[in-house]
Amino acid sequence: MNIRKLPFTNLLRKPGRTIALVLLTALLALSVFGGSVVVMSMQRGLKSLESRLGADIIVVPSSAQSKVSFKNMLLQGTTGAFYMSGENLTRTLEVEGVEKAAPQLFLASLKADCCSIKIQVIGIDPETDFIIQPWIEESCRQELGDMDVVVGCDVGVGAGDTLKIYEQYCHVTGKLAPTGTGLDSAVYCNMDTMNKLLKAAEAKGITHDITSEDEGLVSAIYVKVREGYDIGKVNSAIQGHTRKASAVRTKSMITDVSGSLSGISRTVTWLTAAIWILSLVILLIAFAMIVNERKKEFALLRLLGTSRRLLGSVIRIETAVCSLAGGIAGVMIASVFLFPFTKLIESSLGLPYLTPPLPRILLTALATLAGTVIMGSLASAWAAGRLSRVDPGIVLRGN
Amino acid sequence: MLLEASSVEKWYLRGKGFSNRFFAVNSTDLILESGKVTVLTGRSGSGKTTLMNMMAGLLTPDGGKVLLDGKDLYAMDDNTLSRLRNRHFGMIPQGAEILPDLTVMENILLPIGIYRDRYGRSASEAEECARELLEQMEIGDLSDVPAKELSGGERRRVCAARALAGAPEFVFADEPTSDLDDDNTKIILSVLRQATASGCAVMIVTHDPEALGYADIHYRMDGGSLSVLPEDNKPKEEKIHAI
Repeated sequence: MNIRKLPFTNLLRKPGRTIALVLLTALLALSVFGGSVVVMSMQRGLKSLESRLGADIIVVPSSAQSKVSFKNMLLQGTTGAFYMSGENLTRTLEVEGVEKAAPQLFLASLKADCCSIKIQVIGIDPETDFIIQPWIEESCRQELGDMDVVVGCDVGVGAGDTLKIYEQYCHVTGKLAPTGTGLDSAVYCNMDTMNKLLKAAEAKGITHDITSEDEGLVSAIYVKVREGYDIGKVNSAIQGHTRKASAVRTKSMITDVSGSLSGISRTVTWLTAAIWILSLVILLIAFAMIVNERKKEFALLRLLGTSRRLLGSVIRIETAVCSLAGGIAGVMIASVFLFPFTKLIESSLGLPYLTPPLPRILLTALATLAGTVIMGSLASAWAAGRLSRVDPGIVLRGN
Repeated sequence: MLLEASSVEKWYLRGKGFSNRFFAVNSTDLILESGKVTVLTGRSGSGKTTLMNMMAGLLTPDGGKVLLDGKDLYAMDDNTLSRLRNRHFGMIPQGAEILPDLTVMENILLPIGIYRDRYGRSASEAEECARELLEQMEIGDLSDVPAKELSGGERRRVCAARALAGAPEFVFADEPTSDLDDDNTKIILSVLRQATASGCAVMIVTHDPEALGYADIHYRMDGGSLSVLPEDNKPKEEKIHAI
């Protein structure tokens, strides 16, 4: 028997104690890694949305504010079935300070052959659009022609593929970068294609809140304000100039959400910190109990000639192995529950949720593992330090 | 090698205040001689184990010194003292402590595996010696058995084998025969006696009068003070031959 093998022998031959320690550290790693990834995903989702939303103002039908939460539309990408006269587009463009105005027409969710999830079709005007075009990640054709579509990242087709909607074959010309919102499952087409799809749906007996006969309707108008103009004043002007429509400043909305998100982040950060502190206390108690339970074993090792330093390293190796195993288990469990269910988390949070890139996740996982190992080592070093201050002769006499 | 206690004392506080000191060992001198069995008897709480632990480098005295070839054990740093204990001292603790999750053989060889650069008996020599000791103590068939499955008597014999396997210069045995039957008592005491043949100094703390038959020197402790009983201090050659 070699002293260097002793920590591993102890771990293997005391499976109950080993499993309990591994579970404890796994719980710690799970909460820390899981909490960190959720906060990072929310922050990234909002940042992505903020940078993607090029519009300063969005004009929607007045009824939209009562029919669906406008915030939901912006943050979750759940488009509603609401429409207003296309005349509002002309009226918006007439307002001084409006540089660009891009209309969109929403068609409520429908099921396509491609996907297990419901998709939403959004009609855009490629000539005036400034919202979608800059975010086309991969594209084989620049122009969104007849029966061409651009798809969100969650739609299971790529650029160059064909997407079948209501028995109509649409050519996928581009795919968008992820947003962490419901817009990731949207399909964008021009207004003519939208009309053809509506007709095809009607031919199949499927009805929507809009028919192919309703011409010139729009669901929302995205407005870019000319530089040098006050967005608030332009917003008020649009509000006054359009009919049965509401103009909403996107920036103020995002600021609101950003504020609530930082509140959530703060809460999660505090919770994570509380879990760390609580776990450290629990680990200290657990290790103190274990060291106390094993004090005769350690005193015996001292009696046999093991120095304090060597005994400390035996205890530290045992702890490090347990902490590392627990840390890995915790990170893996958190990953199993977090990454396959991002859509579920996104919809239950009601906020943009965009998983961080792999290197950042790996870095977080490594930091979590390092944290659990360091905390475990600190806890065991403290417990072992307390014990080693007592002469082994006294410990062994305490029969 | 000569191990010598010079005016060692140990006291504990009972209640609050320095004046409530209880002297477990009063200022005491003791020399452990090579090749001799020193037996220390006395009533419970008389300070026998405390004195032995101080001699074995396990308990820091409150006064006096413990010298090994003139070097004060308690002036050494922990690493040096630990290595010294590992190389030169063997101990049978009162509670017959062993590591329950290791096998009998792993327990016996554990002291030899603590330091890579441990000089003296090699691992293979120690294993051979350990097997011989186990045979001598009639537990040769238990070498691969987990220590937690042993009876009290078997544990004590394993402790004796562990103390002797590394061929130490000093062996400290604290109540090595308590709870043992007559046969096992004889086995352990004989093995300890045999160790002195190679120059080992053995110190036995006991209540067992049987041990006196194996003693070269007999001390008695009363209220923390040591007294030598010269009438008992005669060679025990006949006992060695009786094994």
